[in-house]
Amino acid sequence: MEAIETLAQQEYKEGWVTDIEMETAPPGLNEDIIRFISAKKNEPAFLLEWRLKAYRHWLTMKEPNWQYMAYPPVDYQDIVYYAAPKNTPQYNSLDEVDPELLETYDKLGIPLEEQKVLAGVAVDAVFDSVSVHTTFKDKLAELSIIFCSFSEAAQEHPDLVEKYLGTVVPYRDNFFATLNSAVFSDGSFCYIPPGVRCPMELSTYFRINTAGTGQFERTLIIADEGSYVSYLEGCTAPMRDENQLHAAVVELVALKDAQIKYSTVQNWYPGNEEGKGGVYNFVTKRGACKGENSKISWTQVETGSAITWKYPSVILQGDHSIGEFYSVALTRNKQVADTGTKMIHVGKNSRSTVVSKGISAGNGQNVYRGRIQVLKKADGARNYTQCDSMLIGDRCGAHTFPYIDVGNNSASVEHEASTARISEDQLFYCKTRGISTEDAISMIINGFCKEVFQELPMEFAVEAKKLLGISLEGSVG
Amino acid sequence: MALLEIKDLRGGIKDQDIINGIDLTVDRGEVHAIMGPNGSGKSTLGKILAGHEEYEETGGTVRFQDKDLFELTPEERANEGMFLAFQYPVEIPGVSNAYFLRAAMNERLKYRGEPEISAGAFRRLLNEKMKQVDMDPELARRPVNEDFSGGEKKRNEIFHMAVLEPTLSILDETDSGLDIDAMRIVAHGINQQRTADNAMIVITHYQRLLDYVVPDYVHVMYQGRIVKSGRKELAFELEEKGYEWIREEVEAAG
Repeated sequence: MEAIETLAQQEYKEGWVTDIEMETAPPGLNEDIIRFISAKKNEPAFLLEWRLKAYRHWLTMKEPNWQYMAYPPVDYQDIVYYAAPKNTPQYNSLDEVDPELLETYDKLGIPLEEQKVLAGVAVDAVFDSVSVHTTFKDKLAELSIIFCSFSEAAQEHPDLVEKYLGTVVPYRDNFFATLNSAVFSDGSFCYIPPGVRCPMELSTYFRINTAGTGQFERTLIIADEGSYVSYLEGCTAPMRDENQLHAAVVELVALKDAQIKYSTVQNWYPGNEEGKGGVYNFVTKRGACKGENSKISWTQVETGSAITWKYPSVILQGDHSIGEFYSVALTRNKQVADTGTKMIHVGKNSRSTVVSKGISAGNGQNVYRGRIQVLKKADGARNYTQCDSMLIGDRCGAHTFPYIDVGNNSASVEHEASTARISEDQLFYCKTRGISTEDAISMIINGFCKEVFQELPMEFAVEAKKLLGISLEGSVG
Repeated sequence: MALLEIKDLRGGIKDQDIINGIDLTVDRGEVHAIMGPNGSGKSTLGKILAGHEEYEETGGTVRFQDKDLFELTPEERANEGMFLAFQYPVEIPGVSNAYFLRAAMNERLKYRGEPEISAGAFRRLLNEKMKQVDMDPELARRPVNEDFSGGEKKRNEIFHMAVLEPTLSILDETDSGLDIDAMRIVAHGINQQRTADNAMIVITHYQRLLDYVVPDYVHVMYQGRIVKSGRKELAFELEEKGYEWIREEVEAAG
């Protein structure tokens, strides 16, 4: 199994640095910095107040330490909390955008031009902290769909922001979410009005670019009664020698009969073979099925970051509401992924499905941590959890920590788990049919992840399959 | 030039030779049966020819289609036209049989510098081959060998062979674990593939498969060597006298 040894050695293809002048706040965190950020963004007063409340609360909190991983202490006073491309007017066309920035997107394989014409995908691209480009706005505007940067929403739709911000992830929620609430830079905002089915996949590409700039995106998606939206999030980051903290917050709100489908492909720099230089991805993602018959689906493919620490969750408040979590997490080199979900059943006959596929190679460690909670009044609640691990080589690990907490006798909760490895027999079988080791591995892995991939929008599924193939090149043999 | 030419082949697993000098020539249009008691090295021969990593040749030469076989990787051997039907076919969860075969087919075409097969043409090919080997179309949609019965797995091997149209097929105990009806179906599928252009090496412990797949030549292996070769009548003789007879002959000659 020599090839297993070389599993994790693919060079990170998207590692480079773009040199664009930044207008940057001095490193460190205090109330003045927060006022500076808020002022830079011309934020309404309520938002500044909210940030300050969060900051004051954060000062009383301790960094959590229950996770299955160790990382060097983060010096929060050494982080730059605001950086923006120097000229930040809202552009009217691509011609006005810094060519170097466009080139960066090209390298990432997301040429805005092409996407505009071909894919029918509206792209809200976040480059560091400020949105520089938003497409398809007019088309969406016809349907009264709001899809813009968070900063823009704060100025133009302050009532919506004030009404929903922090209703799913309160500013007191956890250490990283609270920090985010105090200093969040930008992110996406989306509102789908009652009865509207968003006609295209909404997508956003995040990118970390400035050395030492913490990334604190804040995304808020609201699907009003009877509406539907599918949102795609995808990420890559340039190669860096110092670890970069990323602590985003995503809040989803689904009202009565509404559906939100949130898909992520995450491919941030995972660090080199020794784990040096990778991104720390500590994210709080949560959705609330507030209304009857509402539905929220999280689908994620995680292949990047040195450390991933996230649990996209659903609070099933509405009767007959549905929560879903489909996840593929791949770790290699010294990567650690501690991920999973929480499904909190509040409403009657609420249902949830959890399918988690962990793939570990090299020295990678994969943790599934999940909580299924059925509250007292959730009559007839049902959950099905399937948790499969695949190990490649003998230095990696898979760990499962399922928590089940049922407070209602009529509930039904199922948990299935399995662990497998790619066998020499499988590889030999493929070879006798003319299929090379690498193609065989990617075929076997894709087969293993099938139930998750089929939940992804088509073009994302193709991308995800490629990504796994590339990530595992040379890993078994 | 023979399709396959084995000269004084030796080899086995981890420094231990199981094959101790085999000579065998197989021409196009021929079916060779290899029989022998358990542990005589029949399956090892198949694995060495197909290129299993854990098995190693330690001496002799093998030429396949006038190429040095040991210069080729297992997948190159396959794409050159060699096929191994497994005694214990392997499951590949989540990968449909049809998808798997199309990937294999395209590898083969790529190797030969030909364009990939279109989805429509491949679908037609699958349908034709399914009929040929009496295969339930449902099995083409299901993941490779997953939750297949023993008989279905063996039938699937013959289906793979039918789709990939190899020039040399090595069938490793394809009859083992089959009841008589299943064996008839499998044998029928094998016979459907016999042409003047291809050849087969049928490895089997029992003579009964050879009632249906009638070989041109029968070879008996014992202690890693071919100790007796003959025409199909040799198989009947073996069935009658048992392998003890061979053992006695070899030891008497010893």
